This record gives sequence, C-alpha cells and structure tokens, in this order.
Amino acid sequence: MTGHVFHPGHSALHGITVVLDTREGRTFVGRFHEETPKGMLLHDAAGFDPSAGGNRDEFLQKTAKFGVRIDHKHVTIPSADVVSLVPFADLAG
Amino acid sequence: MPYDPRMVQPMREEMTRMGARELTTVADVDTALGDPKGTTLVFINSVCGCAAGNARPALSRALTHSTKPDHVVTVFAGQDLEATARARQFFSDYQPSSPSVALLKDGEVVHFIHRHQIEGKTPQSVAENLTAAFDRYCATSGVA
Repeated sequence: MTGHVFHPGHSALHGITVVLDTREGRTFVGRFHEETPKGMLLHDAAGFDPSAGGNRDEFLQKTAKFGVRIDHKHVTIPSADVVSLVPFADLAG
Repeated sequence: MPYDPRMVQPMREEMTRMGARELTTVADVDTALGDPKGTTLVFINSVCGCAAGNARPALSRALTHSTKPDHVVTVFAGQDLEATARARQFFSDYQPSSPSVALLKDGEVVHFIHRHQIEGKTPQSVAENLTAAFDRYCATSGVA
C-alpha cells in the first residue's frame, strides 16, 4: 500500500479489492467502497459460503488466479459481523 | 456509460506514446488477436485513477526492458465497449477487471495481471511483474 488516497474523504481502502471475513465463516472478495451505518459496502464482490461446500483457501486461490467472479454487484456486511478486512493483494500477492 | 471522449483522450495517448496499438472496434481486435503466433500483450485500459494511474506508467516502464512482447495492444474498458468485450473473449477463463493485462503466447494466456494486483502497488513493482513475465515467455520471440 502506498498510503495515497485518490478520493479525498474516503478511507485508504476505498477502491481497493479486499478480503472480508465474517463471524459466520463467510468470505467476500470485492472492491471496498466505504463503511456506512449499515456496514461495510463492497462493490463487484465474490462470495464464499462454507455451508455450500468447498473451502476458503481454494476460493481465494481461484479468485487470485482467475479474478473476482461477481456474485454481488453491491453487498453490505454489518460491521459487527466483520472479523477481518484486508487488501486482497496482501494475501494473494 | 462512457466518459467524455475528451477526458479520456490523454489516457489513450499515454498508451500510444509507449507503442501500444489501440483497438477500438471488434474488427481491430479480430485482426490483432486472430493470428495467435508469437507473443501479444493486451492492456485493458481504464479511467480508474487508483489502479490505471499506476498501470499505464508500469507498462511504459516495462516496455523499455530488453525483452518484450512481439505486439502490444490496448482496448479501453468503459469506452470502447464492443472491442473490450471481444478482446476479453480471447481470455475468457479470466474474470473481467480493469485495468488488467493479459500476455498471450501463441494464443494461450501465459500471464495475467488483475486489477487487484495493481491496486496500491507502485509502477515499479507492477513493471517488475511484467518484465519477469517478458523474460520468461518472450525471450525467444522477436521484438516489435
């Protein structure tokens, strides 16, 4: 991260593809927009739900190689449900 | 909806200045990518300041490397919609993102840089990613 914010007034993660994990074990990869009163707003996000099978690491590896498969044009995850939020590049290189 | 063409013109010119050939129609794309021989780099251009603002200088820097692809072409996502959609059909296993870079060798994708691999990186870092791929995949090809 360079620390440079291209859109004044937004957080350093604005416009950055992030990995967001929830308390329920779901994972989203999408472009972070902002934290709203309703939660973390992501655009163009892929979602992984362990109850549907597969595992998180495979989901992230596939997404790193082939890109973000957009399951949600916009999705908001309540902030209280978020256990981690990191740039995807930090995990995927 | 495409941006005002006057606004994106400098971004187009940044690409052509570094030697990339702009593909603005489906026919342009088919002509450029239809013959799979050799190595071709396809740059998906974008107005996104946070990523494309680094990606274009990165490619410019990478193209000064001693080894480089036979052909360098570009389509402009969000601007030349049909050309971009057609280009993406040549690497349809990869999800669309912009900016992004595909390196094709004899028609096969051998290296791909997604938007998430550009965000927050310096042009130098992205250029190093590209030149490593050039060394690996373009060394035996001619240089345009």
